[in-house]
Amino acid sequence: MKQLLGFIRKEFRHIFRDPRTMIILFGIPIVQLLLFGYVITTEIKDARIAILDKSHDEVTREITHKLLSSGYFKLDAMLDNEGQIDNIFRQGNVKEVVVFQDDFGKRLKRDGQANVQVIADASDPNTAQLLSNYTNAIVQDYLQKKFVNYKIPLEIKPQVRMLFNESLVGAFMYVPGTMALILIIISAMMTSITIVREKEMGTMEILLVSPLKSHHIIIGKVTPYLILSVINAVTIVILGNLVFGVPVRGSLILLMFVVILYIMLALSLGILISTIAASQFSAMFVSIMALMLPTMLLSGFIYPIDNMPVVLQVLSNIMPARWFIEAVKAVMLKGVGAGYIWKQLLIMAGMTIFFLGISVKKFKLRLE
Amino acid sequence: MKILRYLLQKEFIQILRNKSMWPVIFVMPIVQMLILVNAATLELKKADVYIVDQDMSDASRQLVNKLEGNPFFNVTSITDADFNADDQLLHGKANVVLDVPQNFERDLKRNNSASLQLRVDAINGMAAELTWSYMNSLIRSYNNNIRANWMGISKFDPPQKIVVSQRYWYNPTLIYAFYMAPGVLVILVTLIGMFLSAVNLVREKEIGTMEQLNVTPIKKYQFIAAKMIPFLVIALLVLSFGLLIAKLVFNLPFRGNIFVLYGFTTVFLLGVMGLGLLISVVSDTQQQVFFVSYFFLLVFILMSGLFTPVESMPKWAQWLDHLNPLYYMMKVIRNVVLKGSGFFDLKYEFLSMLGYGVAMFSLAVMRYRKTA
Amino acid sequence: MENEDIVIRVRDLVKKFGQFVADDHLSFDVYKGEIFGFLGANGAGKTTAIRMLCGLLEPTSGELTVAGLDGFKQREAIKRRIGYMSQKFSLYEDLTVNENIRLFAGIYGIPTRIRKEKTEELLEKLELTSARKKLVRDLPLGWKQKLAFSLAIIHDPSIVFLDEPSGGVDPVTRRRFWDLIYEAAHEGITVFVTTHYMDEAEYCDRVAIMSAGKIVALDTPEALKKEWDATSMDGVFLKLARSNE
Repeated sequence: MKQLLGFIRKEFRHIFRDPRTMIILFGIPIVQLLLFGYVITTEIKDARIAILDKSHDEVTREITHKLLSSGYFKLDAMLDNEGQIDNIFRQGNVKEVVVFQDDFGKRLKRDGQANVQVIADASDPNTAQLLSNYTNAIVQDYLQKKFVNYKIPLEIKPQVRMLFNESLVGAFMYVPGTMALILIIISAMMTSITIVREKEMGTMEILLVSPLKSHHIIIGKVTPYLILSVINAVTIVILGNLVFGVPVRGSLILLMFVVILYIMLALSLGILISTIAASQFSAMFVSIMALMLPTMLLSGFIYPIDNMPVVLQVLSNIMPARWFIEAVKAVMLKGVGAGYIWKQLLIMAGMTIFFLGISVKKFKLRLE
Repeated sequence: MKILRYLLQKEFIQILRNKSMWPVIFVMPIVQMLILVNAATLELKKADVYIVDQDMSDASRQLVNKLEGNPFFNVTSITDADFNADDQLLHGKANVVLDVPQNFERDLKRNNSASLQLRVDAINGMAAELTWSYMNSLIRSYNNNIRANWMGISKFDPPQKIVVSQRYWYNPTLIYAFYMAPGVLVILVTLIGMFLSAVNLVREKEIGTMEQLNVTPIKKYQFIAAKMIPFLVIALLVLSFGLLIAKLVFNLPFRGNIFVLYGFTTVFLLGVMGLGLLISVVSDTQQQVFFVSYFFLLVFILMSGLFTPVESMPKWAQWLDHLNPLYYMMKVIRNVVLKGSGFFDLKYEFLSMLGYGVAMFSLAVMRYRKTA
Repeated sequence: MENEDIVIRVRDLVKKFGQFVADDHLSFDVYKGEIFGFLGANGAGKTTAIRMLCGLLEPTSGELTVAGLDGFKQREAIKRRIGYMSQKFSLYEDLTVNENIRLFAGIYGIPTRIRKEKTEELLEKLELTSARKKLVRDLPLGWKQKLAFSLAIIHDPSIVFLDEPSGGVDPVTRRRFWDLIYEAAHEGITVFVTTHYMDEAEYCDRVAIMSAGKIVALDTPEALKKEWDATSMDGVFLKLARSNE
C-alpha cells in the first residue's frame, strides 16, 4: 500500500512538472465551454444581403428599411440587374438577395398584390432557410402593421412554454456535452497514451519487474487522471452556472456519482486501448476515431440522435457518452432523481465492467 | 535542393512502409464522410408529441388527426386528463406536450378565439425552437381549415398581400449533405496534414534520429519542408478520395475548377501544417504535440463557421477568426465546389491564407534549433 | 607538434544549465590523426562537452575552434567537416541498410557515382553485402554499431566524434569495432571518443579524465599509468577518484 501511494505520488509529480500539459489539461475545458457558450449560437445576426429594387418607390424603401433595421440583416450592396446576383454570391459574403418587382407599390395599391423574390444562397441550407423565413416574416409583418385594425375571425392562439430552458440558452446543451468530451479526452486518451508511451520507451518492463503488482501500476497511472477529471468536471459545472446560468436542479451528490461513474468508464476504455495499441501513434489514432469524433457526433452532444439515420441511431447505443449525457441532462436540468436514470447508470456500469474484463484478459495473455 | 530530394525519398519510404498509416489514409476518410455527414444534420425529422385532449370535441379531434397525418410529428399517446404529462417530458418520452383545454370548441365559436397550450422540452434550444415553429405553422393551417369549414371562405385574405417567392440557389432542395460534406472534408484534410506531420517530427526527437540530422549540414528549411511535403501530398490524395466519395454517395455537385480547389487547399495546408510543425519543434513528446494541436484544432473547427454562421458570433470572435485558417478554407471550399467560384472571386481569402502559410512555415523554420 | 596540426582547440570552455555548471573551464588541444579519449563516470560532463564540440550545444563562455572554424559563430560550417555517432546509433530503423547509406551520403552531397562505389566498398568491408536490403531494425546490435560508424565518416570528415559508441555491446564486438576506428585514424581522420569503459581508454593515443565537470588528468595512457603507478587504466581511474575525494 505504501509502495502504491509512493508510485501514485511519483506519477502526479510527473504530470504536474510539465506546465504545458497542465495548461492544456485545465485550459481545454474552460476554453471549450466558453467557445460553445459564446460562439456557437443559432440565432442569425447581421447576415449580409443585397437588394435589387426595380421599383424604387416608397413601399420598397420602407420594407428595405424594415429589413435592415431588424438586426438580422446588413446591407452589402444595391444591385442594378439580375446578372449581378451570381457574381456577388460567388464572392461568398452575401447570403441573400431580395428582388422587388417593378412598380411594386403601384401594383400593391392597384391589384392588391405585389411580388418580391427572395433568393438565398443555399450552399448553407440551414442559414438559407432561416434567412428566407425571417425575410418573409418581416415582409408580412409590414403589411399586418398597415392593417392593424383588421379583425381576424376564429383565431386559435397557441401558447408555448419552453420547459427546463426558458430562454433557450445554448449552453444548456453544451455543458453536459463538454463534460462528456473533456472527460473522455483526459481519462481515456491521456491514460492510454501515457501507458503506451511507457511500453514504447521500454520503461514499462522496468516497472513490471519491480516489486509493484501489475494492477498497482495501472492504478498508479490512472489515479492522477481520475482526480484531474473530477476537478475538471466540477470546474465545468461551476463555470456553466456562473457564466451561462446553467442550473443544477437535481441532487449534487447524484450528479457527482454519475460523473465519477463515467470517469471510471472512460478510464477503463483508456486501459483497454493501451492494451491494444502498439505505439503512441496508434493509441492517438484509435482515441480520435473511436472516442473523440463519435463522442462529438453520435452522442447527441451537438446533433440530436432522433434525427440520424437508423443505422447511426443504433450505433449511438454503444457510445458511453450518449448515456452519460442523458443522465447528466436529466439530473442537472430536469432535476430528477435516481429512479429516472437507473437504465443509463446500469448501462454505464455494465460497459465499465466489460472493458475492464477484456483488458485483464488481454493483459494476462501478453504476460503468459 | 538535392538534399531535400534525399530527405523526401526517406520520408516517403518510411510512410509507405508504416502499415499503421494506411488505415489513417484510406479508412478514415470513408468512415468520417459516411458517419459525420449523416450524423451531423440539423434538419429535424421527428418530434414526439403527447396529447392531452380535455375537450374531446370535433374541433380537437380534427387537430389530432392533422398531427397524426403530419410526417414530422409522432403522436405517442392521447389522453383526456393531465395526469402524468410532465413525467413524459422528464423521462424524455415526449418532446412536446399539447394541451387542448376544456371548452376549446365552445370558446372558439362563442368568443371567436381560443387558445392551446404547448410544453416543449427546451434543453436543446435550437430543436425546441424549430419544433415550435413547425407546430405553429401546423396550427395556423389547422386554423385556416376551421375557417374554411365553418365560414365557407377557403383562405383568410387581407385586403392587400405581398407574395414572397423563396428561391434557393446552388442547392434548391436544401440538401444538408451538400453543406456538410465539403466541411467534413476540410476537417479531415486538416487532421491528417497537421497531426501526421507534427507527430512525425517529434517522433524523430523521441527516438534520437533528430540529433543525428542536427550534426549534419542540413538547412533548417530543408528539414521542415521534407516533413511537410509528403503529408501535403497525402492530404491532397485524401481530398481527392473524399471528393469521390462525396460524389458517389451524396451526389455532391462539383461546379468549380478542381485545380482551383487544389491550389487553395495547398496554400491552406501550408498554414495548418506549418502551425503543426511549429508546435512540434517546440515540444519534446508526442503527447505534448497531440494535446496542443488538439487544442488549436478544436478552437479552429468550432469557429470555422461550419456549426454556426460567422456573422452570428460576437464581434471579438469574428475579429479573432481572421487568424483561423479553417475560417477561410470553409468558405473557399463551399464556394468553389457549389458555386464555381474562382481565384479572383476569393482573392482576399487566397492572399490571407498565403500570408498565413508563409508566416507559419517561416516561424517553424525559425524556431527549429539545430542545437538541443 | 606544430600549430596547424591542432584540429580542436579548447580554452576555458564553460557550459552552465541554469545554476548547474556541467563543464567548468575545459582547456585542451586535439591533434590531427590522433585518437583522443574523454573518460569519466556518468554525469562527469563528457556528453555535454562532446555536444558542444559538434555544435549541438551552445557553450556559455570560453574559446572553441574545431577544424579551424569558430565554435560559436560557425557552427553550421563545422557540421560539414565533422562526423558524429551517438550512444543510440541513430540510424533509421525502418529503412534498409542501403537506404540509410543513400540518405546520409545524400545529405552530405556525395555525388551518386561516388556514392555507389563507396556503398559497395563499405558493404564489403562490413560484410553486410547480403544484408543490404534488410531493415536496420533486424540487424544485430554489433552490426548496427559498425554501420553507424561507417555512416558517420562517409563524407571523409576531418574529425569524427563518438559519444559512448560501445554502449550495450560485448567486449569482443567492441574490440572489432575498434579495428574500424584504427583504420579511420590511419586514414587521417581525427577521432574524439567519450567512454566509461576502461579497456577502451587503453586504445586511445591520449586520454583526458573528467570528474565533476573538470579535466583532472590528460596524457597518454602509458604516462598516466606510470604517473599513478598502476598496471591498467582502471587502476589510474580508481586512484584518481580517491585523490579527488
